[in-house]
Amino acid sequence: MSVVIVGAGPAGTRAAEVLIGAGLRPTVIDEAPDNGGRIYQRQPAGFHRVARVLYGFEADKARAIHETFDRLRASIDFRPRTLAWNLRPGLIDTICDGKARAIPFAQTILCTGAMDRVIPLPGWTLPGVFTLGGAQISLKAQGCAIGARVAFLGTGPLLYLVAYQYARAGAHVAAVLDTTAFARKAAQAFGLARGGATFVKGLYYIAWLRAHGVPIAESVTPLAIGGEGQVQSVSWRDARGTTHEVAVDAVALGFGLRPEAQLADLAGVPFDFDPVQHNWVPRKDPSGKTPVAGVFLAGDGSGIRGADLAEAAGARAAWSVLAARGLAVDAGAVARLDAQLAAGAAFRAALERAFPFPAKLAAGMADDTILCRCEAITAGELRAAANETLATLPPPEVNRAKALTRVGMGRCQGRVCGAAAAEVLASTLSCPVEEVGRLRGQPPVKPIPILPAEAA
Amino acid sequence: MRLQRLAETDRPAVSFTLDGRPMAALEGDSLLTAILTEDTYLRTNEFGDGRRAGFCLMGACQDCWVSVEGSGRVRACSTPITEGMRVSRGTVQP
Repeated sequence: MSVVIVGAGPAGTRAAEVLIGAGLRPTVIDEAPDNGGRIYQRQPAGFHRVARVLYGFEADKARAIHETFDRLRASIDFRPRTLAWNLRPGLIDTICDGKARAIPFAQTILCTGAMDRVIPLPGWTLPGVFTLGGAQISLKAQGCAIGARVAFLGTGPLLYLVAYQYARAGAHVAAVLDTTAFARKAAQAFGLARGGATFVKGLYYIAWLRAHGVPIAESVTPLAIGGEGQVQSVSWRDARGTTHEVAVDAVALGFGLRPEAQLADLAGVPFDFDPVQHNWVPRKDPSGKTPVAGVFLAGDGSGIRGADLAEAAGARAAWSVLAARGLAVDAGAVARLDAQLAAGAAFRAALERAFPFPAKLAAGMADDTILCRCEAITAGELRAAANETLATLPPPEVNRAKALTRVGMGRCQGRVCGAAAAEVLASTLSCPVEEVGRLRGQPPVKPIPILPAEAA
Repeated sequence: MRLQRLAETDRPAVSFTLDGRPMAALEGDSLLTAILTEDTYLRTNEFGDGRRAGFCLMGACQDCWVSVEGSGRVRACSTPITEGMRVSRGTVQP
């Protein structure tokens, strides 16, 4: 029986490569029309920008991933435009072009990627506010900026990277607003030696933006996105307490990444709270093996480690699969990957410390700020439910809060509001955020059309 | 807010209609790009929070749903525009 890889990004591509090298023909499922994942997303047919323009410093890596996938394509049962919407023992339920199909597997490697971690603020549901990742996709995959005057708000490596990519592409970057003090303090504290290439690139983007007159504000407290029916301004408070406002027509918002780990959840993989990432991550050993037989994990969907380590983790998980199938394992290759993954973990921890998730900002959200954008539920409604009911009905956790308030029950299933909702709930109940737990995944992991089964 | 085309503008034109109004886009545009380069929103929130124009652009937030004749409800961010598509945004609030 086959090996099924979910996700054709850097992790899935390297996993497929190892499996094919051992003579297997893996199935690779991806919701996108082509391979590459989000970071190395390919532009549609008819677009002509070269890799250097699209991927910058990562052009060689992007090219290598694309060339590897293209070379292997004939040896892969590749299913693009296919949503894996459920995972049962030995079966992945998919839908493609309206056609449902359950794909059996002996082993699966889930390389399901990540999305932006969001902290709501007043006005964040206005047209013109997008995630940082979304702003990047608009530029990479469509050649479009999200607006004529764009502010970048949040924290994390993506903040400076996307602002830089926008400015380079000719967009007007009105401001970069970082909730941390990365550019001034962290860069010095962590320095080049400990942070590796990621820090060097980050410092380059900051220096470039400054040299081109892009205003960068650090240690900001975001206040509001203003506008009637669309974005017209963004305001913040600086470290000295002075309020600022700038006229913009679009805002890119993001506070690091969180794993898209719903399929691992449905597979029954236990989750642990990772205090460094400040994320819930599915449990796996360093080889990508989970406590659930036949289920393996790699890439950012199993904990945020970035694209380079996603490649290594994908290959490593594939070797684990080969071992599980009783096939030969190249001990030298495995040792090299293990060393790379171990070294990368230290860099990653330094990066997370440089861009800490501003949990207090989420916890302190104003009562009238919309928390759940699907159903327009405010932070105050969640606090009221917490105070009235949850405090007296143990366990006071997010799934109970979801039942009472519908926060996390909308169409995005809590992908967007879940992280902030947990902070609001935990602070209201005066407990550590890990004690309120995480929203459980539910099939289908994304909305799918329900059609009556055809008569045989 | 309008999406601003910065590159790749030498693609063939595609025509479609939005709420019955004739519109032009470029081959390779997503429905989201096709609409938001010409107009400011995609849908209206059912719970009174006004107009929405998508958010994540990666198929996760489900906040870019529009109706396409013959296909029903689709995510604008991950649906390519095709010639003659008839797109509707449902109830338009003032």
